[in-house]
Amino acid sequence: MFITSHRKFFVTLTIVFVVLSIGSLLFKGIPVGIEFKGGSIIEMSYESLPDKTALEAELQKSFESFSLRQIGEKGYALRTNALNQEGQEQAIQALTLGETIPGTVERVSDIGPTIGAELQKKAWIAILIVSVLIVLYVAFAFRGSAHGVSGWTYGWVTIVTLLHDVIVPAGIFVWYSASTGAELDVLAIMAMLAILGYSVNDTVVIFDRVRENLRLNEENNKREPFEETVGKSLSQSLTRSINTSVTTALVLVAIFFLGSASTKAFSFFLLMGVIAGSYSTICFAAPLLTWFKRKEVKK
Amino acid sequence: MTKYRVATALILIISALLAFFIYRTEVRESRYDLKLGLDLSGGTHLVYDADVIKVAEGEIEDAMQTLRDVIERRVNLFGVSEPIVQTESGLGVSGEVEHRLIIELPGVTDINEAIRRIGETPTLEFKLQKSDTEAEALIESFQRQNGTTTDPELLQDLIDDLYTDTGLTGRFLSRAQVVFDPTTNAPIVQITFNDEGAALFEKITRENKGKILSIFLDGVPISEPVIQEEIKGGTAVITGSFTAVEAKDLARNLNYGALPLPIELVNTQTIGPSLGRNALTAGVKAGIAGFVLVALFMILWYRLPGLIAVISLITYLILSIAFYKLFGITITAAGLAGLVLSLGIAIDANVLIFERYKEGHAKGIYGAEGWQEAFSRAWLAIRDGNVTGIISAVVLYYSGTFLTQSFALTLGLGIIISMFTAITITRTFLLALNIKGVTPTSRFLLGNGINLTPKA
Repeated sequence: MFITSHRKFFVTLTIVFVVLSIGSLLFKGIPVGIEFKGGSIIEMSYESLPDKTALEAELQKSFESFSLRQIGEKGYALRTNALNQEGQEQAIQALTLGETIPGTVERVSDIGPTIGAELQKKAWIAILIVSVLIVLYVAFAFRGSAHGVSGWTYGWVTIVTLLHDVIVPAGIFVWYSASTGAELDVLAIMAMLAILGYSVNDTVVIFDRVRENLRLNEENNKREPFEETVGKSLSQSLTRSINTSVTTALVLVAIFFLGSASTKAFSFFLLMGVIAGSYSTICFAAPLLTWFKRKEVKK
Repeated sequence: MTKYRVATALILIISALLAFFIYRTEVRESRYDLKLGLDLSGGTHLVYDADVIKVAEGEIEDAMQTLRDVIERRVNLFGVSEPIVQTESGLGVSGEVEHRLIIELPGVTDINEAIRRIGETPTLEFKLQKSDTEAEALIESFQRQNGTTTDPELLQDLIDDLYTDTGLTGRFLSRAQVVFDPTTNAPIVQITFNDEGAALFEKITRENKGKILSIFLDGVPISEPVIQEEIKGGTAVITGSFTAVEAKDLARNLNYGALPLPIELVNTQTIGPSLGRNALTAGVKAGIAGFVLVALFMILWYRLPGLIAVISLITYLILSIAFYKLFGITITAAGLAGLVLSLGIAIDANVLIFERYKEGHAKGIYGAEGWQEAFSRAWLAIRDGNVTGIISAVVLYYSGTFLTQSFALTLGLGIIISMFTAITITRTFLLALNIKGVTPTSRFLLGNGINLTPKA
């Protein structure tokens, strides 16, 4: 089968992707939303959009560091450190140039830094727990040395695939946020956890096939090199794997383009995750599995 | 095969009924309205951190409860529909347990007003009820002036008039506790005043024996005992036909007449109503678009079974929305995204089954037998795949904020309900159709792919 016979190429290619992503993350990084580092966001919408420099000049009088960004056609979003009520009023005053420009406050979010740090911690723990549980589950579902391949082999391959499925979308997200200013918010973390669950799903299907083919080989006393078995399993499951990813991707595309602003970063992340997950299952997990266990399955 | 046809009819009828139910309860005001989170309906969300340093370990729970009750009483005065006041405790960054109070006020957009009113100190007052004759005269003159008005402000004034202030307030209370009457074993509340309060209390009881001393909390009389004798020493008991629970509540409320714990605002969010409405419309649009895209794909690729899968997906949607309504599940923007995402996942199970059927088809097994085979062989993969999804959803639910919980709920529920609809409903429909796949037309209908030549 094309992919398993060129496994060296595909595994190397994938590793290149991962390294590039890690590089992006380390050197460029992703801006983190205020829910994680604390701060304030005030969104104002106007009948007619006022001049940005004028607003910034006004804001500079009371605020040392802030960022003003345009949202949509008629609004600005102001980001600052955490503000108390007074601070918020000052900001709103500045944004309306001392109430000379009519504007509506659409949204105010103020998050103290302790809550932010706490949420960060929770997010890391959640990612860790889900990963561990999933790997344990895979090892359990494929337990025992069924037909020459131990459950842990599947488990290890799953771990490595999972890492890829989180790192590469994150790497892509770095570039997305660089061009759109998107931040990593709570929803993006949720997307990450959803990716973890979803991508393993895909990988498990292939493993399921491999196991079934191994069993059939045993029953029929057929000797077949492991890589051929894996290759066969892969081609059998190819359509299924791609189609399920396509259906989920279609839905995510709809959410990304038509959904509310708050779900844009989330749906982008998840979309990248689904694509990466599909890629990793076909071009990474399968060849990797072969690599781990290059011995003929004996009767 | 007939039983499948009957089952199909049943499923379609039930779905139609549920769809009607959904329509009716959305179009009119109903108990079963879909509950929308703040980011879709607009409103204010406040989080306060409660300082429990001065409270003994075992009493924290009680203190938080009282805090919640006091705040809820105040919030209810706003006239907000369906406010939420909750306590939450969790591990903070430093490893200590943090206790928080979460307040959600749908529709309230003046955040400063909300914060101000919540922070107000409540009042505990002791007032004397005026004598019957005085009261009657007052009521008569009120009725002469205002007839049978139901204006709450006027009525409140009348009630205020019926009492005389004594000047004794919760400021002077030092302690309240529940004791049991030695003779009757009934629960009673014993209160202790500080020195100033004791003196004042002595004076009041000496001058007003036989009268009723009403105890007001936040402007509402909560207890109206009769003064039986002069009370010195600043300790008094409030008797009445309390149950133990009532006595405990009263003691607690008296003790914590002011806010029981100092609270600090740590998180505020206000969403304007138009922003919320836009988010809702956008989410629904995305849902419809997503559904259409998936339906098109399924029908084009899997043809007849694809069409069945789409019908099954519609049933899934109807079931899910009815479920949210019946169980009062709150939908946020993230929750909506979770529902739309679950559409993709719901279809997955169908794809699995169809792919397995295709294998049977290639080997020459068609029709009902082929489907039974396909279902039983696909089940394991469906189960394993969805378990990982459910693990993610469960962890998301318990580890996050309210926002993530909404997403986790709709996603997790979506996975479970979709397992049901794919396996039960799709199966029933397909078996009811019972196309053998022997004629070229039927083989086309059951084949798949974009190319138009049927696979042999």
